[in-house]
Amino acid sequence: MDANSSDAAVQLAARPVLEGPDIARMLTRIAHEIVERAKGADDVVLLGIPTRGVFLARRLAAKLEEITGRAVPVGSLDITMYRDDLRLGPARALARTEIPADGIEGRLVLLVDDVLFSGRTIRAALDALGDIGRPRAVQLAVLVDRGHRELPIRADYVGKNLPTSLREAVKVQLTEEDGRDAVLLGVKEANPAGGR
Amino acid sequence: MKRHLISAADLTRDDAVLILDTAEEMARVADRPIKKLPTLRGRTVCNLFFEDSTRTRISFEAAEKRLSADVINFAAKGSSVSKGESLKDTAQTLEAMGVDAVVIRHSASGAPYRLANSGWIDAPVINAGDGTHQHPTQALLDAFTMRRRLIGPDAGLGQDLAGRRITLVGDVLHSRVARSNVDLLHTLGAEVTLVAPPTLVPVGVETWPCEVSYDLDSVLPKSDAVMMLRVQRERMNAAFFPTEREYSRRYGLDGDRMSRMPGHALVMHPGPMVRGMEITAEVADSDRCTVIEQVANGVSIRMAVLYLLLGGNEPAVTNPRTEEK
Repeated sequence: MDANSSDAAVQLAARPVLEGPDIARMLTRIAHEIVERAKGADDVVLLGIPTRGVFLARRLAAKLEEITGRAVPVGSLDITMYRDDLRLGPARALARTEIPADGIEGRLVLLVDDVLFSGRTIRAALDALGDIGRPRAVQLAVLVDRGHRELPIRADYVGKNLPTSLREAVKVQLTEEDGRDAVLLGVKEANPAGGR
Repeated sequence: MKRHLISAADLTRDDAVLILDTAEEMARVADRPIKKLPTLRGRTVCNLFFEDSTRTRISFEAAEKRLSADVINFAAKGSSVSKGESLKDTAQTLEAMGVDAVVIRHSASGAPYRLANSGWIDAPVINAGDGTHQHPTQALLDAFTMRRRLIGPDAGLGQDLAGRRITLVGDVLHSRVARSNVDLLHTLGAEVTLVAPPTLVPVGVETWPCEVSYDLDSVLPKSDAVMMLRVQRERMNAAFFPTEREYSRRYGLDGDRMSRMPGHALVMHPGPMVRGMEITAEVADSDRCTVIEQVANGVSIRMAVLYLLLGGNEPAVTNPRTEEK
């Protein structure tokens, strides 16, 4: 989420590195990997991190249902109030946290996000999860891993490893939010707020 | 949003909707096993209560604790104020202790404004009710209750109360709740009607963005929500109506009157209720009466206000269109 801070800046010289069909294939592959590694995925709960992680989680859930024939619980986990950079800007609007009815107690929670960058979003998500319940295990699926971790966090399922420089910005676009599916790589403008 | 919350009139439509939307997320925290968020960790909030209050003080305290703020409670009784200390000295004492926000309730109208604008302290000031002036968080929780009941918790997100007809009945003259509600409901697009005996309608009401009526029965059938106000005997220094029985016969809400309201309409009361005076027990205990819901919603609203004012390094920024002026 942090990686795509300023939309306007990214659109300047952004070039698509992934298109719609690439994204669809990656999600299908990740879904198969989940079923394989979680041995049928019967206790998996998907939690997307708003905004785009939620759409990815829903798409993954649909693919998992196709493969296993069972509905997979899917929800969203807003991490805004757990962020470590809250004091660096004005108070942010909150997004929806929607935990599936059966909860996460003793389940395998799979966090889903669009871009893995510093790892701070995932750190916040782990804190948020701790206040909601005690899963059997927590795993992480991301569409793009762009590197530059600032915390000891890694993804269990990665759509694409995308080596970037810190001057670059990665922007994921999804039909549900942006009208099309793409991953864009552009040059980041100097951020006056000094944020990431 | 402005740095302080002194009056409901300080809020733009977008500010108010953002607070209501944020409160909707805060309300979900109450359903969790751990009803706590780390958001205000390390921030100190002082509840400065110069006037008696149970529900507002407890509500603010619960909201502050759920957001992990450190809470200092200050009641005027048994404090240095009873020894004659001025508001200025109290404020400067708090400032010296490094308080990050002050929630103030005072019997003098304008005390929170003075505290916020005098330069005595640097922290944001949240008005928890001052004299007969304003009680903005009460108006916000009332609007939140209306939106949840009339539109729905999820369907209401991002919505205001455009076109809803809200009736406020009773002691408008002494009511800060009525003043805040008129301001906020007008901002949110609702049509407000005040109903009161002529003696309890304030001078200058014609400049308020609302209608005034003296006849409750003609207004009830067209109301989406009816808010009964408490008759504030402690602020009354004259005979405003002949007898309590006459008051409740003309301006009290009983089962018979309630049955003439539209089927979806709510009965609201900011509390504390005086049963038998402005509201009968039958109405107060019916499921159309939202008094208990309003209390629960109060915690969510106060969490939202505290988060939006204190969560970042400056208050939340709403639509730049409204910020530019």
